[in-house]
Amino acid sequence: MRAMVYRGPYKIRVEDKDVPAIEHPNDAIVRVTLAAICGSDLHLYHGLMPDTRIGHTFGHEFIGVVEKVGPSVEDLQVGDRVMVPFNVFCGSCWFCARGLYSNCHNVNPNATAVGGIYGYSHTTGGYDGGQSQYVRVPFADVGPTKIPDWMHDEDAVVLTDAAATGYFGAQLGEIAEGDTVVVLGAGPVGLIAAQSSWLMGAGRVIVVDHLQERLEKARTMAHAETLDYDEYDDVVVEMKKQTDYLGADVVIEAVGAEADGNFLQQVTGTKLKLQGGSPVALNWAIDGVRKGGTVSVVGAYGPIPNAVKFGDALNKGLTLRMNQTPVKRQWPRMFEHVRNGHLTPREVVTHRFPLEDIAEAYHVFSSKLDGCIKPLILPDAA
Amino acid sequence: MTSTDVPGDVPSAYVRDKRTPPPSREELRARIPGWGADLDPADRPSYPRLQYPADTGARWDFPVRQPGSEGRERSIEHAFVTPVFGTAQPLAGLSGVIRRYAYARFSEGRLAHWMLLVVGDRVDAWEHHLRSFVSLRPDVPATGLRTEFTRGAVRSRRGRSDVRHQLLDPVVVLGPWVAGVGGAVLGVRKLVRAVRG
Repeated sequence: MRAMVYRGPYKIRVEDKDVPAIEHPNDAIVRVTLAAICGSDLHLYHGLMPDTRIGHTFGHEFIGVVEKVGPSVEDLQVGDRVMVPFNVFCGSCWFCARGLYSNCHNVNPNATAVGGIYGYSHTTGGYDGGQSQYVRVPFADVGPTKIPDWMHDEDAVVLTDAAATGYFGAQLGEIAEGDTVVVLGAGPVGLIAAQSSWLMGAGRVIVVDHLQERLEKARTMAHAETLDYDEYDDVVVEMKKQTDYLGADVVIEAVGAEADGNFLQQVTGTKLKLQGGSPVALNWAIDGVRKGGTVSVVGAYGPIPNAVKFGDALNKGLTLRMNQTPVKRQWPRMFEHVRNGHLTPREVVTHRFPLEDIAEAYHVFSSKLDGCIKPLILPDAA
Repeated sequence: MTSTDVPGDVPSAYVRDKRTPPPSREELRARIPGWGADLDPADRPSYPRLQYPADTGARWDFPVRQPGSEGRERSIEHAFVTPVFGTAQPLAGLSGVIRRYAYARFSEGRLAHWMLLVVGDRVDAWEHHLRSFVSLRPDVPATGLRTEFTRGAVRSRRGRSDVRHQLLDPVVVLGPWVAGVGGAVLGVRKLVRAVRG
């Protein structure tokens, strides 16, 4: 089969690999029909995630068709069209039994601090991902869901992570009716977080970014006000002005470990790798939220420490809430919202690349060329 | 003193209530598709955080163990290799030795664990780069650069503040390669001189 392969920081290519095999009785092999590149894949691509091995196939956002099932699989059959949550999870450990699917303890021998994730280094379990023609899907009776007939494939693939994470991020914000919500980052997660904030009763939603096409998308798709941080010497001061010097009731950090906006943090974090990425957005969230407010963090960070202003979070009495998204827990309600047109995941998609051109897709997405917000990968396109 | 006594230029943060109330439900519902559909916090999918017992589809109390766990690296914070695990890219070479030591010696709570894994990553990369140089498909410092000429690189970056640090990318990407080639040249020269006496 053809698969994306990591060759070191800033280097990927497509190679022939063996089609994955059933390795556990509850495995399925899925033929990937559509995959996506996530903003968090760029952390791997830039060499920020420890234990990212040469030869690894990335990709935790994918849908496909069941090609083969293990002997204990009961709920899926060959030929089923499935969407697969980015979490690999067993469904039976202490954490899964309580709905914390992203914190599963039975699927990642390499770390206890993070669960299993497809195609996201050995720090999350060493599973090859879905930017390929086939992928091994453990716990086939637990993770995947058959794609509803009415659902568009591009909605389905965005729901496997980015959209679910945006919706989850709004929930972590514990939004109350009338709250002012600031969303940092107008990427796919931030855009859905902004849409979701309205569903939870926000009175005002402000999205912060600096890329014009993304800010425009925040206005049209998410009906949000926007702040271009490049226009301000200090965007935190502007956030305070915009909220009558209170600060936002809720800030959703939808950027993660490679935030722009501070040259020193960028250079030390993402270029020289002297810390675990650049926590600019996290610090803006802590500074920009009101005292006693809530910061929801759904931007991705790795295990290496960051220079975060924890003292300000303490002294402001903030509630900090965060997790990787337990995706499948979000889906039943999200499916209703998508069907009703309240959430529109596929609106974030801007580019579609054949698998053979995935190196170009990564560079375009990484450098934010050509207005790229969300690139999809077509494994079988010529 | 009542709120009407507060001067108009005093912002909300300094008085009891927000001075500009949020728009009404009717106004928001008219403007925003689905506004308030998840208004009740207790009716949101992630509330409460712990939902026991979750309906997961698992028919087992503990999963059947996947074969092949013998010798597989694991965090020492785990009691054993988890019953299911990834089998992609098993440890190999010098990078494998470094990574195995990181897993066996240091817990996830120790920075040394992660720093050794990062060192392992860089060694792994160079092991593969060197091998690629004697193959038909040698590695290059960066891939996908064709799009710099086909996807509006100049137009896309115009006016963006992040261009300042993107200028460092060539240094970050090429630096190790230049250093590697330089080191190899110096090494060969030294070797040749030593051989010549």
